[in-house]
Amino acid sequence: MTHKISFRDAVRTYPVKNGTFTALGGVTLDIEEREFVTVVGPSGCGKSTLLGMAAGLVEPSAGEVSVDGRPVTGPGPDRGVIFQQYALFPWLTVRRNVEFGLRLTSMPARERRARADHAIELVGLSDFADALPKTLSGGMKQRCAIARAYAVDPEVLLMDEPFGALDALTRVQLQDRLLDTWAKERRTVLFVTHDVEEAVYLAQRVVVMAARPGRVHTVIDVDLPYPRTEEIRLSADFAALRNQVWHSVYHQAPANADA
Amino acid sequence: MSSRERNEATMDLVTSRKDAAPPAGAPSDGAATAPPDPRVRRRGVPRLVLNLIAVAIGLGVWALLAARGVHDLPGPVAVGRRASQLLGDGTLEGDIAASLRRVLVGFLLGTALAVVVGFLMGWYPVARGLFEPYIQFFRTVPPLALIPLAVVLLGIGETPKIFVIFMAAFLSSVVATFQGVLDVDRTLIDAARVLGAKDRTVFLKVVIPASAPFILVGMRIGLGAAWSTLVAAELIAAQEGLGFRMQHAETYYDLDTIFVGLITIGVLGLVMDRLLLLAERRLTGWQERR
Repeated sequence: MTHKISFRDAVRTYPVKNGTFTALGGVTLDIEEREFVTVVGPSGCGKSTLLGMAAGLVEPSAGEVSVDGRPVTGPGPDRGVIFQQYALFPWLTVRRNVEFGLRLTSMPARERRARADHAIELVGLSDFADALPKTLSGGMKQRCAIARAYAVDPEVLLMDEPFGALDALTRVQLQDRLLDTWAKERRTVLFVTHDVEEAVYLAQRVVVMAARPGRVHTVIDVDLPYPRTEEIRLSADFAALRNQVWHSVYHQAPANADA
Repeated sequence: MSSRERNEATMDLVTSRKDAAPPAGAPSDGAATAPPDPRVRRRGVPRLVLNLIAVAIGLGVWALLAARGVHDLPGPVAVGRRASQLLGDGTLEGDIAASLRRVLVGFLLGTALAVVVGFLMGWYPVARGLFEPYIQFFRTVPPLALIPLAVVLLGIGETPKIFVIFMAAFLSSVVATFQGVLDVDRTLIDAARVLGAKDRTVFLKVVIPASAPFILVGMRIGLGAAWSTLVAAELIAAQEGLGFRMQHAETYYDLDTIFVGLITIGVLGLVMDRLLLLAERRLTGWQERR
Protein backbone atom coordinates (compact mmCIF):
# COMPACT_ATOMS: atom_id res chain seq x y z
CA MET A 1 0.00 0.00 0.00
CA THR A 2 1.35 3.42 -0.87
CA HIS A 3 1.36 6.13 1.72
CA LYS A 4 -0.12 9.50 0.92
CA ILE A 5 3.03 11.33 1.95
CA SER A 6 6.25 9.51 2.59
CA PHE A 7 9.60 10.80 3.81
CA ARG A 8 12.52 8.38 3.42
CA ASP A 9 15.72 9.48 5.19
CA ALA A 10 14.99 13.00 4.02
CA VAL A 11 17.95 15.27 4.68
CA ARG A 12 18.28 18.99 4.11
CA THR A 13 21.52 20.86 4.60
CA TYR A 14 22.39 24.47 3.93
CA PRO A 15 25.85 25.81 3.24
CA VAL A 16 27.01 28.24 5.93
CA LYS A 17 30.21 30.22 6.47
CA ASN A 18 32.32 27.28 7.56
CA GLY A 19 30.77 24.01 6.56
CA THR A 20 27.15 22.98 6.32
CA PHE A 21 24.17 23.38 8.59
CA THR A 22 21.91 20.37 8.82
CA ALA A 23 18.33 21.62 9.07
CA LEU A 24 16.90 18.17 8.77
CA GLY A 25 18.97 15.09 9.36
CA GLY A 26 17.31 12.03 7.95
CA VAL A 27 13.57 11.95 8.60
CA THR A 28 11.51 8.88 7.84
CA LEU A 29 7.80 9.39 8.26
CA ASP A 30 4.64 8.15 6.57
CA ILE A 31 1.32 9.91 6.47
CA GLU A 32 -1.73 8.00 5.34
CA GLU A 33 -4.58 9.10 3.13
CA ARG A 34 -7.14 11.25 4.99
CA GLU A 35 -4.95 11.43 8.04
CA PHE A 36 -4.57 14.57 10.16
CA VAL A 37 -1.00 14.79 11.40
CA THR A 38 0.50 17.65 13.34
CA VAL A 39 4.21 18.32 13.69
CA VAL A 40 5.43 20.11 16.78
CA GLY A 41 8.89 20.84 18.09
CA PRO A 42 11.30 23.51 19.31
CA SER A 43 12.39 26.20 16.91
CA GLY A 44 15.12 25.05 14.57
CA CYS A 45 13.92 21.46 14.53
CA GLY A 46 13.25 21.64 10.81
CA LYS A 47 9.49 21.26 10.97
CA SER A 48 8.90 23.93 8.34
CA THR A 49 11.63 22.42 6.19
CA LEU A 50 9.82 19.09 6.40
CA LEU A 51 6.61 20.71 5.22
CA GLY A 52 8.43 22.63 2.50
CA MET A 53 9.77 19.36 1.13
CA ALA A 54 6.29 17.87 0.87
CA ALA A 55 5.17 21.09 -0.83
CA GLY A 56 8.01 20.89 -3.32
CA LEU A 57 9.38 24.27 -2.28
CA VAL A 58 12.43 22.78 -0.55
CA GLU A 59 14.50 20.16 -2.31
CA PRO A 60 15.88 17.35 -0.14
CA SER A 61 19.67 17.21 -0.10
CA ALA A 62 19.47 13.45 0.29
CA GLY A 63 16.75 10.88 0.72
CA GLU A 64 13.34 10.95 -0.88
CA VAL A 65 9.98 12.59 -0.40
CA SER A 66 7.03 11.19 -2.28
CA VAL A 67 3.32 11.88 -2.51
CA ASP A 68 1.07 9.06 -3.72
CA GLY A 69 4.19 7.02 -4.33
CA ARG A 70 5.64 9.55 -6.79
CA PRO A 71 8.74 11.53 -5.86
CA VAL A 72 8.06 15.22 -5.31
CA THR A 73 9.83 17.30 -7.96
CA GLY A 74 8.20 20.66 -7.40
CA PRO A 75 5.09 22.39 -6.14
CA GLY A 76 1.74 21.48 -7.63
CA PRO A 77 -1.97 22.15 -7.18
CA ASP A 78 -2.51 18.65 -5.73
CA ARG A 79 -0.91 19.96 -2.54
CA GLY A 80 -2.37 23.13 -1.06
CA VAL A 81 -0.09 25.15 1.18
CA ILE A 82 -1.14 27.61 3.89
CA PHE A 83 1.60 29.96 5.06
CA GLN A 84 1.88 31.60 8.45
CA GLN A 85 2.04 35.06 6.88
CA TYR A 86 -1.13 34.45 4.79
CA ALA A 87 0.68 35.30 1.53
CA LEU A 88 -2.42 36.82 -0.05
CA PHE A 89 -1.86 38.84 -3.20
CA PRO A 90 -2.54 42.29 -1.80
CA TRP A 91 -3.58 43.76 -5.16
CA LEU A 92 -6.37 41.23 -5.65
CA THR A 93 -9.74 41.11 -3.93
CA VAL A 94 -10.69 38.14 -1.79
CA ARG A 95 -12.51 36.57 -4.74
CA ARG A 96 -9.65 37.13 -7.18
CA ASN A 97 -7.22 35.68 -4.65
CA VAL A 98 -9.37 32.59 -4.30
CA GLU A 99 -9.70 32.32 -8.08
CA PHE A 100 -5.95 32.62 -8.63
CA GLY A 101 -5.29 28.91 -8.86
CA LEU A 102 -8.43 28.28 -10.92
CA ARG A 103 -7.44 30.90 -13.49
CA LEU A 104 -4.34 28.87 -14.24
CA THR A 105 -6.54 26.08 -15.55
CA SER A 106 -8.84 26.08 -18.54
CA MET A 107 -11.92 26.09 -16.32
CA PRO A 108 -14.87 28.06 -17.75
CA ALA A 109 -15.54 31.35 -16.00
CA ARG A 110 -18.91 30.31 -14.61
CA GLU A 111 -17.62 27.20 -12.97
CA ARG A 112 -14.61 29.08 -11.66
CA ARG A 113 -16.85 31.67 -10.09
CA ALA A 114 -19.04 29.00 -8.53
CA ARG A 115 -16.07 27.12 -7.11
CA ALA A 116 -14.55 30.30 -5.70
CA ASP A 117 -17.82 31.39 -4.15
CA HIS A 118 -18.23 27.98 -2.57
CA ALA A 119 -14.76 28.12 -1.03
CA ILE A 120 -15.36 31.68 0.18
CA GLU A 121 -18.63 30.62 1.76
CA LEU A 122 -16.93 27.67 3.43
CA VAL A 123 -14.64 30.01 5.33
CA GLY A 124 -17.42 32.51 6.02
CA LEU A 125 -16.12 35.41 3.96
CA SER A 126 -19.02 35.84 1.54
CA ASP A 127 -19.65 39.38 2.73
CA PHE A 128 -16.05 40.31 1.99
CA ALA A 129 -15.63 38.70 -1.42
CA ASP A 130 -14.88 42.04 -3.10
CA ALA A 131 -12.69 43.44 -0.33
CA LEU A 132 -8.95 43.94 -0.65
CA PRO A 133 -6.76 42.08 1.86
CA LYS A 134 -5.64 45.30 3.51
CA THR A 135 -9.14 45.78 4.89
CA LEU A 136 -9.25 42.33 6.51
CA SER A 137 -8.17 41.32 9.99
CA GLY A 138 -5.50 38.68 10.47
CA GLY A 139 -8.00 35.88 11.02
CA MET A 140 -9.98 36.86 7.93
CA LYS A 141 -6.82 36.99 5.84
CA GLN A 142 -5.93 33.48 6.91
CA ARG A 143 -9.47 32.30 6.15
CA CYS A 144 -9.09 33.80 2.68
CA ALA A 145 -5.79 31.97 2.24
CA ILE A 146 -7.48 28.75 3.31
CA ALA A 147 -10.29 29.34 0.81
CA ARG A 148 -7.69 29.93 -1.90
CA ALA A 149 -6.14 26.56 -1.10
CA TYR A 150 -9.52 24.79 -0.95
CA ALA A 151 -10.63 26.24 -4.29
CA VAL A 152 -8.21 24.17 -6.35
CA ASP A 153 -9.40 21.12 -4.41
CA PRO A 154 -6.04 19.69 -3.35
CA GLU A 155 -5.83 16.20 -1.92
CA VAL A 156 -3.28 17.29 0.63
CA LEU A 157 -3.25 20.38 2.82
CA LEU A 158 0.14 21.48 4.10
CA MET A 159 -0.20 24.09 6.82
CA ASP A 160 2.84 25.92 8.15
CA GLU A 161 1.97 27.42 11.54
CA PRO A 162 -1.14 28.90 9.94
CA PHE A 163 -2.65 30.22 13.16
CA GLY A 164 0.61 31.24 14.81
CA ALA A 165 0.14 34.97 14.28
CA LEU A 166 -3.46 35.08 15.51
CA ASP A 167 -4.87 35.81 18.92
CA ALA A 168 -5.97 32.90 21.12
CA LEU A 169 -9.72 33.28 20.55
CA THR A 170 -9.46 33.49 16.77
CA ARG A 171 -7.08 30.57 16.77
CA VAL A 172 -9.59 28.34 18.56
CA GLN A 173 -12.34 29.39 16.15
CA LEU A 174 -10.22 28.63 13.11
CA GLN A 175 -9.14 25.28 14.58
CA ASP A 176 -12.78 24.24 14.95
CA ARG A 177 -13.59 25.45 11.45
CA LEU A 178 -10.67 23.52 10.04
CA LEU A 179 -11.75 20.33 11.79
CA ASP A 180 -15.31 20.79 10.53
CA THR A 181 -14.11 21.00 6.96
CA TRP A 182 -11.71 18.14 7.41
CA ALA A 183 -14.51 15.95 8.81
CA LYS A 184 -16.60 16.74 5.71
CA GLU A 185 -14.00 16.56 2.99
CA ARG A 186 -11.32 14.42 4.60
CA ARG A 187 -8.23 15.72 2.95
CA THR A 188 -4.86 14.58 4.19
CA VAL A 189 -3.51 17.30 6.45
CA LEU A 190 0.06 17.91 7.54
CA PHE A 191 0.00 20.74 10.05
CA VAL A 192 3.10 22.33 11.54
CA THR A 193 2.78 24.27 14.80
CA HIS A 194 4.75 25.28 17.85
CA ASP A 195 1.64 25.19 20.00
CA VAL A 196 1.40 21.88 21.90
CA GLU A 197 -2.28 22.26 22.73
CA GLU A 198 -3.11 22.99 19.10
CA ALA A 199 -1.10 19.97 17.98
CA VAL A 200 -3.01 17.63 20.28
CA TYR A 201 -6.44 19.17 19.70
CA LEU A 202 -6.32 18.82 15.93
CA ALA A 203 -4.44 15.63 15.23
CA GLN A 204 -4.83 11.93 15.05
CA ARG A 205 -1.08 11.71 15.38
CA VAL A 206 1.39 14.21 16.77
CA VAL A 207 4.94 14.06 15.45
CA VAL A 208 7.34 15.56 17.97
CA MET A 209 10.61 16.73 16.47
CA ALA A 210 13.99 17.49 18.00
CA ALA A 211 16.56 20.06 16.93
CA ARG A 212 20.23 20.04 15.90
CA PRO A 213 19.97 18.15 13.72
CA GLY A 214 16.23 18.26 13.00
CA ARG A 215 14.75 14.80 13.39
CA VAL A 216 11.67 12.94 14.54
CA HIS A 217 11.78 12.55 18.31
CA THR A 218 8.58 10.63 19.02
CA VAL A 219 5.21 10.06 17.43
CA ILE A 220 2.25 10.18 19.78
CA ASP A 221 -1.18 8.82 18.82
CA VAL A 222 -4.12 10.91 19.90
CA ASP A 223 -6.96 8.53 20.71
CA LEU A 224 -9.60 11.16 21.17
CA PRO A 225 -12.84 10.99 19.21
CA TYR A 226 -13.96 13.51 16.59
CA PRO A 227 -15.67 15.90 16.52
CA ARG A 228 -13.33 17.49 19.00
CA THR A 229 -15.29 19.75 21.27
CA GLU A 230 -14.66 22.09 24.11
CA GLU A 231 -15.56 19.20 26.38
CA ILE A 232 -12.70 17.18 24.95
CA ARG A 233 -10.36 20.14 25.14
CA LEU A 234 -11.07 20.43 28.86
CA SER A 235 -11.05 16.68 29.58
CA ALA A 236 -8.51 14.80 31.67
CA ASP A 237 -7.59 12.57 28.71
CA PHE A 238 -6.72 15.62 26.67
CA ALA A 239 -4.69 17.07 29.51
CA ALA A 240 -2.76 13.83 29.87
CA LEU A 241 -1.91 13.74 26.17
CA ARG A 242 -0.99 17.40 26.18
CA ASN A 243 1.35 16.80 29.11
CA GLN A 244 2.90 13.86 27.35
CA VAL A 245 3.55 15.90 24.20
CA TRP A 246 4.71 18.85 26.27
CA HIS A 247 7.30 16.69 28.01
CA SER A 248 8.64 15.24 24.83
CA VAL A 249 8.93 18.73 23.32
CA TYR A 250 10.45 20.57 26.25
CA HIS A 251 12.36 17.86 28.06
CA GLN A 252 14.13 16.22 25.19
CA ALA A 253 17.36 14.42 25.89
CA PRO A 254 20.33 16.36 24.50
CA ALA A 255 20.99 15.63 20.86
CA ASN A 256 24.30 13.84 21.47
CA ALA A 257 22.97 11.38 24.03
CA ASP A 258 20.06 10.73 21.70
CA ALA A 259 22.21 9.64 18.79
CA MET B 1 -26.28 42.41 33.77
CA SER B 2 -26.68 41.89 30.04
CA SER B 3 -26.82 45.62 29.42
CA ARG B 4 -23.62 46.02 31.34
CA GLU B 5 -22.03 43.41 29.18
CA ARG B 6 -23.18 45.23 26.10
CA ASN B 7 -21.77 48.45 27.50
CA GLU B 8 -18.45 46.81 28.00
CA ALA B 9 -18.59 45.46 24.50
CA THR B 10 -19.17 48.93 23.05
CA MET B 11 -16.41 50.30 25.20
CA ASP B 12 -14.12 47.68 23.76
CA LEU B 13 -15.12 48.63 20.26
CA VAL B 14 -14.53 52.29 20.95
CA THR B 15 -11.11 51.71 22.43
CA SER B 16 -10.06 49.34 19.71
CA ARG B 17 -11.11 51.93 17.11
CA LYS B 18 -8.99 54.48 18.84
CA ASP B 19 -6.11 52.07 19.04
CA ALA B 20 -6.43 51.32 15.37
CA ALA B 21 -6.05 54.97 14.39
CA PRO B 22 -2.27 55.29 14.88
CA PRO B 23 -0.08 52.66 13.24
CA ALA B 24 -0.62 50.28 16.13
CA GLY B 25 0.64 47.21 14.30
CA ALA B 26 -1.70 44.55 13.00
CA PRO B 27 -5.37 45.22 13.64
CA SER B 28 -6.65 43.06 16.46
CA ASP B 29 -8.75 40.28 15.14
CA GLY B 30 -12.43 40.56 15.82
CA ALA B 31 -13.19 37.34 13.91
CA ALA B 32 -16.39 38.19 12.09
CA THR B 33 -16.71 41.87 12.97
CA ALA B 34 -16.46 44.57 10.33
CA PRO B 35 -12.92 45.30 9.14
CA PRO B 36 -11.25 48.18 10.96
CA ASP B 37 -11.48 51.39 8.96
CA PRO B 38 -7.92 52.28 8.03
CA ARG B 39 -8.82 55.76 6.89
CA VAL B 40 -8.76 58.43 9.51
CA ARG B 41 -10.58 61.62 8.60
CA ARG B 42 -8.34 64.55 7.91
CA ARG B 43 -8.45 67.36 10.33
CA GLY B 44 -8.59 71.11 9.92
CA VAL B 45 -8.02 73.11 6.71
CA PRO B 46 -8.01 71.11 3.46
CA ARG B 47 -4.54 70.77 2.02
CA LEU B 48 -5.42 72.42 -1.29
CA VAL B 49 -6.40 75.59 0.56
CA LEU B 50 -3.07 75.55 2.39
CA ASN B 51 -1.29 75.07 -0.93
CA LEU B 52 -3.08 78.07 -2.42
CA ILE B 53 -2.31 80.20 0.61
CA ALA B 54 1.36 79.26 0.27
CA VAL B 55 1.36 80.26 -3.40
CA ALA B 56 -0.32 83.58 -2.59
CA ILE B 57 2.22 84.33 0.14
CA GLY B 58 5.06 83.42 -2.22
CA LEU B 59 3.77 85.78 -4.88
CA GLY B 60 3.38 88.50 -2.26
CA VAL B 61 6.94 88.13 -1.01
CA TRP B 62 8.19 88.10 -4.56
CA ALA B 63 6.29 91.28 -5.46
CA LEU B 64 7.59 92.95 -2.30
CA LEU B 65 11.19 91.99 -3.00
CA ALA B 66 10.90 93.22 -6.56
CA ALA B 67 9.22 96.49 -5.60
CA ARG B 68 11.70 97.54 -2.93
CA GLY B 69 15.08 96.05 -2.54
CA VAL B 70 16.50 93.49 -4.88
CA HIS B 71 18.06 95.25 -7.80
CA ASP B 72 16.75 94.42 -11.30
CA LEU B 73 14.48 91.61 -10.04
CA PRO B 74 11.31 91.65 -12.16
CA GLY B 75 8.05 91.48 -10.25
CA PRO B 76 5.18 89.05 -10.89
CA VAL B 77 3.31 91.63 -12.95
CA ALA B 78 6.21 92.24 -15.32
CA VAL B 79 6.79 88.52 -15.71
CA GLY B 80 3.10 87.97 -16.30
CA ARG B 81 3.07 90.66 -18.99
CA ARG B 82 6.09 89.07 -20.67
CA ALA B 83 4.43 85.67 -20.50
CA SER B 84 1.30 86.90 -22.27
CA GLN B 85 3.48 88.57 -24.93
CA LEU B 86 5.35 85.33 -25.53
CA LEU B 87 2.06 83.45 -25.59
CA GLY B 88 0.56 86.02 -27.94
CA ASP B 89 3.23 85.65 -30.64
CA GLY B 90 3.33 81.86 -30.23
CA THR B 91 6.91 81.70 -28.91
CA LEU B 92 6.02 80.19 -25.56
CA GLU B 93 3.72 77.58 -27.11
CA GLY B 94 6.45 76.57 -29.54
CA ASP B 95 9.02 76.37 -26.78
CA ILE B 96 6.72 74.35 -24.56
CA ALA B 97 5.93 71.94 -27.38
CA ALA B 98 9.60 71.46 -28.23
CA SER B 99 10.71 70.97 -24.63
CA LEU B 100 7.77 68.79 -23.73
CA ARG B 101 8.46 66.54 -26.70
CA ARG B 102 12.10 66.12 -25.70
CA VAL B 103 11.29 65.48 -22.07
CA LEU B 104 8.48 63.06 -22.86
CA VAL B 105 10.37 61.05 -25.46
CA GLY B 106 13.51 60.88 -23.30
CA PHE B 107 11.53 60.08 -20.18
CA LEU B 108 9.34 57.42 -21.78
CA LEU B 109 12.22 55.67 -23.52
CA GLY B 110 14.39 55.94 -20.42
CA THR B 111 11.87 54.59 -17.95
CA ALA B 112 10.64 51.91 -20.36
CA LEU B 113 14.19 50.62 -20.73
CA ALA B 114 14.70 50.97 -16.97
CA VAL B 115 11.70 48.74 -16.33
CA VAL B 116 12.98 46.06 -18.71
CA VAL B 117 16.57 46.20 -17.46
CA GLY B 118 15.45 46.41 -13.83
CA PHE B 119 13.30 43.31 -14.25
CA LEU B 120 16.07 41.41 -15.98
CA MET B 121 18.53 42.34 -13.25
CA GLY B 122 16.14 41.44 -10.48
CA TRP B 123 15.06 38.17 -12.02
CA TYR B 124 18.21 36.73 -13.58
CA PRO B 125 21.44 36.79 -11.55
CA VAL B 126 23.36 36.55 -14.83
CA ALA B 127 21.75 39.73 -16.16
CA ARG B 128 22.45 41.42 -12.86
CA GLY B 129 26.13 40.52 -13.07
CA LEU B 130 26.35 41.79 -16.63
CA PHE B 131 24.48 45.08 -16.21
CA GLU B 132 25.50 46.13 -12.75
CA PRO B 133 29.02 47.48 -13.44
CA TYR B 134 27.73 49.67 -16.27
CA ILE B 135 24.81 51.00 -14.30
CA GLN B 136 26.98 51.78 -11.29
CA PHE B 137 29.59 53.40 -13.52
CA PHE B 138 27.20 55.63 -15.43
CA ARG B 139 25.34 56.54 -12.28
CA THR B 140 28.41 58.30 -10.97
CA VAL B 141 28.82 60.23 -14.23
CA PRO B 142 26.37 63.15 -14.32
CA PRO B 143 24.25 62.96 -17.50
CA LEU B 144 25.31 66.52 -18.30
CA ALA B 145 28.88 65.35 -18.58
CA LEU B 146 27.74 63.20 -21.49
CA ILE B 147 26.77 66.24 -23.54
CA PRO B 148 30.15 66.75 -25.25
CA LEU B 149 30.26 63.06 -26.09
CA ALA B 150 26.68 63.12 -27.36
CA VAL B 151 27.40 66.09 -29.60
CA VAL B 152 30.48 64.49 -31.11
CA LEU B 153 28.82 61.15 -31.67
CA LEU B 154 25.25 62.15 -32.44
CA GLY B 155 25.56 65.58 -33.98
CA ILE B 156 23.50 68.61 -33.07
CA GLY B 157 19.98 67.55 -34.02
CA GLU B 158 17.23 66.30 -31.70
CA THR B 159 18.98 62.98 -31.06
CA PRO B 160 21.72 64.12 -28.64
CA LYS B 161 19.26 66.20 -26.60
CA ILE B 162 16.85 63.33 -26.26
CA PHE B 163 19.72 60.95 -25.59
CA VAL B 164 20.96 62.95 -22.62
CA ILE B 165 17.47 63.23 -21.14
CA PHE B 166 16.95 59.54 -21.81
CA MET B 167 20.15 58.64 -19.95
CA ALA B 168 19.17 60.80 -17.00
CA ALA B 169 15.70 59.23 -16.77
CA PHE B 170 17.00 55.71 -17.27
CA LEU B 171 19.82 55.85 -14.75
CA SER B 172 17.75 57.44 -12.03
CA SER B 173 14.86 55.00 -12.30
CA VAL B 174 16.54 51.69 -13.10
CA VAL B 175 17.73 51.13 -9.55
CA ALA B 176 14.23 51.56 -8.15
CA THR B 177 12.80 48.99 -10.56
CA PHE B 178 15.60 46.57 -9.84
CA GLN B 179 15.12 46.97 -6.11
CA GLY B 180 11.38 46.49 -6.54
CA VAL B 181 11.86 43.12 -8.19
CA LEU B 182 14.37 42.07 -5.55
CA ASP B 183 11.99 43.04 -2.78
CA VAL B 184 9.07 40.96 -3.99
CA ASP B 185 7.97 38.84 -1.05
CA ARG B 186 9.34 35.33 -1.52
CA THR B 187 6.21 33.87 0.09
CA LEU B 188 3.99 35.43 -2.59
CA ILE B 189 6.02 33.70 -5.27
CA ASP B 190 5.79 30.42 -3.34
CA ALA B 191 2.06 30.92 -2.90
CA ALA B 192 1.62 31.28 -6.66
CA ARG B 193 3.82 28.27 -7.38
CA VAL B 194 1.93 25.96 -5.03
CA LEU B 195 -1.27 26.96 -6.81
CA GLY B 196 0.28 25.67 -10.01
CA ALA B 197 1.83 28.82 -11.50
CA LYS B 198 4.90 28.39 -13.71
CA ASP B 199 7.71 30.95 -14.06
CA ARG B 200 5.94 32.98 -16.75
CA THR B 201 2.77 33.34 -14.72
CA VAL B 202 4.71 34.08 -11.56
CA PHE B 203 6.48 36.87 -13.39
CA LEU B 204 3.39 38.37 -15.02
CA LYS B 205 0.90 37.87 -12.19
CA VAL B 206 3.06 38.28 -9.12
CA VAL B 207 6.41 39.95 -9.76
CA ILE B 208 5.11 42.76 -11.97
CA PRO B 209 2.18 43.84 -9.79
CA ALA B 210 4.20 43.41 -6.60
CA SER B 211 6.94 45.70 -7.87
CA ALA B 212 4.57 48.28 -9.41
CA PRO B 213 4.92 50.65 -6.44
CA PHE B 214 8.70 50.71 -6.88
CA ILE B 215 8.42 51.18 -10.62
CA LEU B 216 6.16 54.18 -10.17
CA VAL B 217 8.52 55.71 -7.63
CA GLY B 218 11.31 55.11 -10.14
CA MET B 219 9.27 56.84 -12.83
CA ARG B 220 8.74 59.87 -10.64
CA ILE B 221 12.45 60.10 -9.95
CA GLY B 222 13.13 59.62 -13.66
CA LEU B 223 10.73 62.41 -14.55
CA GLY B 224 12.47 64.79 -12.17
CA ALA B 225 15.81 63.87 -13.70
CA ALA B 226 14.47 64.38 -17.22
CA TRP B 227 13.27 67.90 -16.46
CA SER B 228 16.42 68.84 -14.63
CA THR B 229 18.52 67.80 -17.62
CA LEU B 230 16.37 69.62 -20.13
CA VAL B 231 17.85 73.10 -19.93
CA ALA B 232 21.39 71.81 -20.26
CA ALA B 233 20.41 69.50 -23.09
CA GLU B 234 19.03 72.49 -24.95
CA LEU B 235 22.46 74.06 -24.76
CA ILE B 236 23.20 71.85 -27.73
CA ALA B 237 22.47 74.19 -30.62
CA ALA B 238 18.73 74.33 -30.12
CA GLN B 239 16.45 76.64 -32.12
CA GLU B 240 13.58 76.52 -29.69
CA GLY B 241 12.67 75.13 -26.30
CA LEU B 242 12.30 76.56 -22.83
CA GLY B 243 15.94 76.01 -21.95
CA PHE B 244 17.08 77.57 -25.22
CA ARG B 245 14.80 80.58 -24.68
CA MET B 246 16.25 81.16 -21.22
CA GLN B 247 19.83 80.98 -22.43
CA HIS B 248 18.96 83.25 -25.30
CA ALA B 249 17.39 85.71 -22.86
CA GLU B 250 20.47 85.53 -20.68
CA THR B 251 22.59 87.10 -23.42
CA TYR B 252 20.16 90.05 -23.62
CA TYR B 253 19.84 90.37 -19.84
CA ASP B 254 16.12 89.67 -20.33
CA LEU B 255 15.23 88.60 -16.78
CA ASP B 256 11.49 88.60 -17.47
CA THR B 257 11.82 85.87 -20.08
CA ILE B 258 14.12 83.85 -17.83
CA PHE B 259 11.48 83.94 -15.14
CA VAL B 260 8.76 82.91 -17.57
CA GLY B 261 10.90 79.93 -18.57
CA LEU B 262 11.65 78.95 -15.01
CA ILE B 263 8.04 79.10 -13.93
CA THR B 264 6.82 77.24 -17.01
CA ILE B 265 9.28 74.41 -16.41
CA GLY B 266 8.27 74.25 -12.76
CA VAL B 267 4.57 74.17 -13.53
CA LEU B 268 4.90 71.57 -16.30
CA GLY B 269 7.05 69.36 -14.08
CA LEU B 270 4.59 69.69 -11.24
CA VAL B 271 1.62 68.80 -13.44
CA MET B 272 3.37 65.73 -14.82
CA ASP B 273 4.40 64.64 -11.36
CA ARG B 274 0.82 64.98 -10.13
CA LEU B 275 -0.39 62.89 -13.06
CA LEU B 276 2.06 60.17 -12.14
CA LEU B 277 1.02 60.40 -8.53
CA LEU B 278 -2.57 59.96 -9.63
CA ALA B 279 -1.61 56.87 -11.63
CA GLU B 280 0.28 55.58 -8.61
CA ARG B 281 -2.77 55.98 -6.37
CA ARG B 282 -4.93 54.08 -8.82
CA LEU B 283 -2.45 51.31 -9.51
CA THR B 284 -1.06 50.73 -6.05
CA GLY B 285 -3.99 51.61 -3.81
CA TRP B 286 -3.92 48.05 -2.53
CA GLN B 287 -0.82 48.71 -0.45
CA GLU B 288 -1.07 48.67 3.31
CA ARG B 289 0.28 52.08 4.16
CA ARG B 290 2.10 52.60 7.39
